[in-house]
Amino acid sequence: MQKVPDRNGYFGDFGGRYVPETLMPAVKELTEAYSKICGTRSFKEKLEYYLEEYAGRPTPLYYAEKLTRKFGKAKIYLKREDLLHTGAHKINNTIGQALLAVEMGKKRLIAETGAGQHGVATATVAALFGLKCDVYMGEEDIRRQSLNVFRMKLLGTKVIPVSSGSKTLKDAMNEAIRDWVTNAADTHYVIGSVAGPHPYPMMVRDFQEVIGIETKVQLKMAGEKGPTHLLACVGGGSNAMGLFYPFAEDKKVKFIGVEAAGFGANTPHHAIALGKGKVGILHGSKSFLLEDDDGQIKLAHSVSAGLDYPGVGPEHSYYKMIKRAEYVSVKDKEALEGVRMLSEIEGIIPALETAHAIYYLNKLAPKTAKKDIIVVCLSGRGDKDIDIMKEHM
Amino acid sequence: MNRIDETFRRLRKEKKKAFIAYITAGDPTFPVSEKIALTLAETGTDIIELGIPFSDPLADGPTIQKAVQRSLKNGCTVKKVFTMVKSLRRKIQTPLVFMTYYNIVYNYGLEKFVKDAKKSGADGIIIPDLPMEESGEFKSIADAEDFCLIMLTAPTTPAERFRKIASKSRGFIYHVSLTGVTGTRDAVNTGLAKNVQKLKKLTKKPICVGFGVSGAEQAKKISRMCDGVIVGSAIIKIIEKNLNRKKDIAGKIKVFSKTLAKAVHGEERS
Repeated sequence: MQKVPDRNGYFGDFGGRYVPETLMPAVKELTEAYSKICGTRSFKEKLEYYLEEYAGRPTPLYYAEKLTRKFGKAKIYLKREDLLHTGAHKINNTIGQALLAVEMGKKRLIAETGAGQHGVATATVAALFGLKCDVYMGEEDIRRQSLNVFRMKLLGTKVIPVSSGSKTLKDAMNEAIRDWVTNAADTHYVIGSVAGPHPYPMMVRDFQEVIGIETKVQLKMAGEKGPTHLLACVGGGSNAMGLFYPFAEDKKVKFIGVEAAGFGANTPHHAIALGKGKVGILHGSKSFLLEDDDGQIKLAHSVSAGLDYPGVGPEHSYYKMIKRAEYVSVKDKEALEGVRMLSEIEGIIPALETAHAIYYLNKLAPKTAKKDIIVVCLSGRGDKDIDIMKEHM
Repeated sequence: MNRIDETFRRLRKEKKKAFIAYITAGDPTFPVSEKIALTLAETGTDIIELGIPFSDPLADGPTIQKAVQRSLKNGCTVKKVFTMVKSLRRKIQTPLVFMTYYNIVYNYGLEKFVKDAKKSGADGIIIPDLPMEESGEFKSIADAEDFCLIMLTAPTTPAERFRKIASKSRGFIYHVSLTGVTGTRDAVNTGLAKNVQKLKKLTKKPICVGFGVSGAEQAKKISRMCDGVIVGSAIIKIIEKNLNRKKDIAGKIKVFSKTLAKAVHGEERS
């Protein structure tokens, strides 16, 4: 496999930098700073220190024995990103980007958030490193995720309600980009997924690949040969890419990404960008997205606010095109069943996003052999979704 | 020679600067929007910029965002905008340039878009989220049809980069006056005059300044520095304020655009 992205930020036909001219210098400055600073020993040591001492890495790779027994086929392991500080994999990325922002002399962080997990993870590192922080969040999501809004405020972050468009993640991202266009001189924009203009898809992937790297080592230590299937949910796709990427060259390992099918793939209410979308340009990169015949971006739907996004990271589009990964989808109702299954069998309440991947085990596991090994990225814990779960279950 | 180049040649002869007005096509309705465009042409607007709505206009401030939403709600499509241009072309010869986001063009099909736009009578396009690095494919298609891809520069654009963008831009260079999104501001960016002065030395092509121009006084001030002034949100605000009296909109814009055109044209080239 060729190394991606190329120097212009393209993963095959996908990615690039579709941003206003005003931002081009900022985007280039970031690309240069990232390649110059992040490879240095002092940066790596700092990053490792905070990931271990502050966030709680390495996370366990837990052998889910009871879940394995339920299907009686492949061994199922869970990569426990839910045990990290702030409750999801998002902090791997925000620590990295905040350290980089400090090195670049930026005084302020901004972020977009849907469910609030990335917002909380950004607010957390802003407090930790003494940076000012503003988080853009759609009014609709503020209503749905009041607990996370309060957490961000407690951490000293200003949550700015976004009332334009659909009042969700997509519009929060528009507003964050508008802020960045205005304030790039002193502000770093912390994008929360493997999306946005180059270098974000690459940079966020690199900060998240620790998930896959640890998995590799931990499987070996458990005496396993290596995984046969990697399974993760895909909204923007950062937890999935973090797990997949270190195994990209190992063709024996199958990648399965699970998108949110909402009310169903054949209804207008879903978030299946890879499975049902077209190639287009949104938020700075070329990738699959949901749009109408005229190129207007469609509203996505998912019970999980973190998957409720009409686009997807460009590297996933690339994996789809070169058939490196398979992308499937799981409905709202099924995801809720996934929550119940993992809670009852393993005593772990997963986030609604993660529950999409968990539910898919029902389809995947029966088709595997006993010698196979499935690793599921348990990207986040379910506390933030308790109100929604209560409403639906 | 295309209509934009002709316009600048004429203005140079007359020692005048260009007054460029932006409106969103289909806002508040297509008939009213077409009437506004005709009014603008009648009152001395040199180039009319027609926005093709996109659901996620990330370079635009609240005023244009709302205009775009109004137009989309009325069922605006690219085809309807082309039809509007065709109808305008039967009545006026003012250069018409589109302003839209790349996804709209990409989705329509690059080649098909340029051909249909050209056929309808449009002269060029401004695409704020298509920077120089990504513009190669579209530019070669547009060039082949003599359809002007008008490129943007910003206060953050370094000199060497400005030179490259200027050499590729056709029609004119759209210089963004400030680091930010579209929308009126109380004052002209303090560094603008100095910046434009420097840029003028790097290119022979017309430099027109937009973003943040709120009224005649600012327009006059800016027109002294460059070759043209672009006013958008300030015009759209008149539409916004008169949504309940749609019949009055064109008349009110007429008064405003007359003042703007006079302010921009009045200044002799120094």
